Amino acid sequence: MSMYIAKSRLSYIHTNIHRTQEIVCSQIQLFNMTPKILSKDICGRSWNTARCYILDPFVSLACRKTKSEVKLLGAWPSPFVMRARIALNIKSVSYEFLEETFQPKSPLLLDSNPVYKKVPVLINQDKPICESLIIVQYVDDVWSSGPSILPSEPYDRAIARFWATYLDDKWYPTLRSVRGAKGEDDRKKLITEVGEGLTLLEDALNKTSRGKDFFGGDQIGYLDIAFGCFLGWLRVTESLTGVKLLDQVKTPCLVKWAERFCAHGAVKDVMPQTEKLVEFAKMLMAKMAASTPN
Amino acid sequence: MGSEDVKLFNFHASPFGQRVIWALKLKGVDYECIEEDIFNKSNLLLELNPVHKKVPVLVHRNKPIAESLVILEYIDETWKQYPLMPQNPYQRAHARFWANFAEQKLLVAARIARLSSGEEQGKAVNEAREAMEKIEEEIKGKKFFGGDKIGYLDIVIGWISYWIPVWEEVASMKILDPLKFPAINAWITNFLSHPTINDTLPQRDKMVVYYHSRRKEVSPS
Repeated sequence: MSMYIAKSRLSYIHTNIHRTQEIVCSQIQLFNMTPKILSKDICGRSWNTARCYILDPFVSLACRKTKSEVKLLGAWPSPFVMRARIALNIKSVSYEFLEETFQPKSPLLLDSNPVYKKVPVLINQDKPICESLIIVQYVDDVWSSGPSILPSEPYDRAIARFWATYLDDKWYPTLRSVRGAKGEDDRKKLITEVGEGLTLLEDALNKTSRGKDFFGGDQIGYLDIAFGCFLGWLRVTESLTGVKLLDQVKTPCLVKWAERFCAHGAVKDVMPQTEKLVEFAKMLMAKMAASTPN
Repeated sequence: MGSEDVKLFNFHASPFGQRVIWALKLKGVDYECIEEDIFNKSNLLLELNPVHKKVPVLVHRNKPIAESLVILEYIDETWKQYPLMPQNPYQRAHARFWANFAEQKLLVAARIARLSSGEEQGKAVNEAREAMEKIEEEIKGKKFFGGDKIGYLDIVIGWISYWIPVWEEVASMKILDPLKFPAINAWITNFLSHPTINDTLPQRDKMVVYYHSRRKEVSPS
């Protein structure tokens, strides 16, 4: 597929864009590629402000991915939003991050995720994709020329998916309920369950990494993203309970992995600081306490 | 590929195991089915799925895979004939989204409804119906969720065609009202009339006995 557009076409677009802000053409095609070229005056500001689609079966239009093409609706404390951001970062996709207002939920959120009304929502070429793990797989599928997120072998993919499901269905809900535990006995029981889960994950890391730095091997992959996003909240729980959950004795490999994960280029700018998360957690807990009748 | 390469540890009444059977059958993959007594699980099962200790577990080339939705994607990626997942990334995301929705919202509510009674059951039935409404919108105008052919989402949601009527009978409740959900009912007719789907269904009377016993455990009256 040619990455270039015929000169005559270019000048047609150029003239038309400058004549009108929005052009509706009879046929539409916009390709999902990162272009190598195209003169800035076509692909720069003009494309940001005008919506113009052309179809020419013999000529393909490569449009630089502008920030507004790919949007991510999210919230800074959310580990699920972080998953989407890490995936986009791994693929070097430029995107516009929209911090959700909540209270009330924005029209964009209600419109793009009417079923759950939750973040994250990825919007690519006006199409919304919801649910963090689904977004990560979508990003991996669409931007296939970038580094792979899911492993290449079906069995390894199944193992990564298995553990990601375990994390979402069992482990993280248990971690969350530690903060809301009623009584010391309940808290201790939940902390033990979290610890047992971490032992399973330590074992999974040893098996899937095959001696390398991450669950995904040399590079962070699907399971690193699925689990690593919870490190902030794991540390919050450690801070609030005074219990070390990820420790050198029981989970030495996970401790090293966590450091490497947080330092990774695709992660460090989107991982919130633990202190900020602790403050946020305390605020949430205070709100809950205030709204619970005596 | 010989049948000794693929083993499925299952329980006859499991809707999760049924998904795996449908996928393998549609792809023409030979497999050996090992029936587990879930009241007395084998040591082998506990070894193969130590995390959840549940069926189904697929074992391929001596490597076990658990969790039915994970198994489905594994099957689709390993045996390329009769593709189950859509080719287009957005449609794939869409199929996964609705599979996840049906699992979290419909299945969970329907399960509570089949085990409970009174107010609790009423609440669960309403939640299940609300989830059904959304699924009704999804299937409108389509023969199958996958389009002209049965695909991933049909297989994931397929349990409702056969399991929900059994659960309704066992728990004296109604979720799948044909007047309220005409599109789903039309889809059920299409789905169940597919020979591969129909030929592998478990025996209904055995299922009724099993689900009655499950219900009695929870509410002996």
